[in-house]
Formats: sequence, C-alpha cells, structure tokens
Amino acid sequence: MEITAVYYLIPALIMFCCGVYGFITRKNMIAMLVSLELMLNAVDINFVVFNRFLFPEQMEGMFFALFAIAIAAAETALAIAIIINIFRAAKNIDVRSLNEMKF
Amino acid sequence: MDSLGSIIMYFIVALSMIIFSVMAVTTRKILRAATYLLFTLFAAAVVYFMLDYEFLGAVQIAVYAGGIVVLFVFAILLTSHPGDNAPRLTSHSRTIGVIGAIAMLLVTGYALITRAAFFLPKPEMEAPDMQTVGATLLGSGHAQYLLPFEAVSVLLLACIIGGVVVARKR
Repeated sequence: MEITAVYYLIPALIMFCCGVYGFITRKNMIAMLVSLELMLNAVDINFVVFNRFLFPEQMEGMFFALFAIAIAAAETALAIAIIINIFRAAKNIDVRSLNEMKF
Repeated sequence: MDSLGSIIMYFIVALSMIIFSVMAVTTRKILRAATYLLFTLFAAAVVYFMLDYEFLGAVQIAVYAGGIVVLFVFAILLTSHPGDNAPRLTSHSRTIGVIGAIAMLLVTGYALITRAAFFLPKPEMEAPDMQTVGATLLGSGHAQYLLPFEAVSVLLLACIIGGVVVARKR
C-alpha cells in the first residue's frame, strides 16, 4: 500500500472540520481559541503536505508553515491577554453574556 | 511502496489525530479540551517528522506544546474552576455546528478525492539540513526569507508590548 498525499490531507480535513464545529458550538472564549488552534494546525499540515508531495525541490510550504506557527503563537498570547482582561472586568468569559463593548 | 512499519505508524498517527481532535471539541471539561489539543499537536509534529521536515517538527513541539498549551492551561486555571462542566449544548446550536462541519467535510473531501495529483507516490527528497534552513531563512536572494523573518521579529515585539499593556492592572 502506498501512502499518498490524500492520506495526510483527509485527517487534516477532519481536524479542520472539528475546529469549525467547535468554533460554532462552543461558548467559552478559551474553548473557541482551542478550536481556532485546531484549524490553524490543519492548514499548516496542508501546506507541508503540498510542499512535500507536489514540489519536493522547494521549501516554500515548510517556511510558510514555520511563519504561520510564529504568528499563531503571537496571536494566541495576545488573545489570552485580552481574555484575562475581560475576565477581570466582567467575571466571566462566556460569549453570550459579553454584549457590551465597555463595562 | 512504503514499509510495513511506516504504514502502521501512519495509521496510529492519523487515528490519534482524528480521535483527539474530535474529543477536543466535544468534551465538556475545558482543561481536558486543552489536553486533547496537546495530543493533536503532537500528532501533527509526528506528521512533519514522517515527511522529513525535522526542523519544522521540532519547532511545532517547542512552540505549540511548550508554549501555547502552557499558556492555555494557565488561562484556563485563571478563568474557570477546574472540574466545571460546560453547560449542555442546545440542540439548535449543535445542529448548526454539525451541518456546517459536515457540509464543509463533504465539499472539500469531494474536491480532494477527485484530484489525481493527490494520489501520486511520495517523490524522493533529501531532508533539508540545518544549514539549508538557516541560509534560506536569513538570505535575501530568490526564494529566501530575510524580510518575513524580520517582519515576524517586529510582530513578536509588538505582541510582547501589546500583551503587557492589555493584561496589566490599572
């Protein structure tokens, strides 16, 4: 049996769809951020798989995934700072109860 | 033709990736969701290693497992009581979520399996060594990445300052 590109793309696709499901259904902001990380990771896997299977002599996909990881880390750190600040002001992080911009 | 060992390895990794990512979005305890996310990220790192991108796999483990998941765990412990269950989903929101996810799965899955290019065998490639990675990251020639590298360093600086300003006590 030959492991081709689609064998890696299908688990990544399922991971992305899990992220979509979680982002729609979850109400806790940190749980939504977890779903977002799942989606970002699925996209990283796709970049690397396309690079490895379709253009093995180049390294664009690998470096794109590398920069995506760096930006995802920065974005998560900032999002968690904002979430903790919201928690301090509103005493909860449920998106349904956060309907005012200013407390 | 792949060896039996790499096929077994592939199935372990693919199954754990699928199972843990489903569990990360369906469990009702938020700390468990973070733990399942950690396992999913490890599975992704193993995929990078299996595809010969050792440096990327190491970065994935160091940044995601070592940095982001720890941040998640701290944020969860600061904002909720461990052991709390999330409220049960209403059937309305669950229906919307399942329909959205399944529709996306079907459309994208159909697009994937109808492309012949994704069924070609893995071409030969020598794994990029550290010297190549470093020269590509810090060179300014064709297909080299000095400018994005510097842009990311400015982004990280802005992120540090932003994090301090947003989270400090007033």
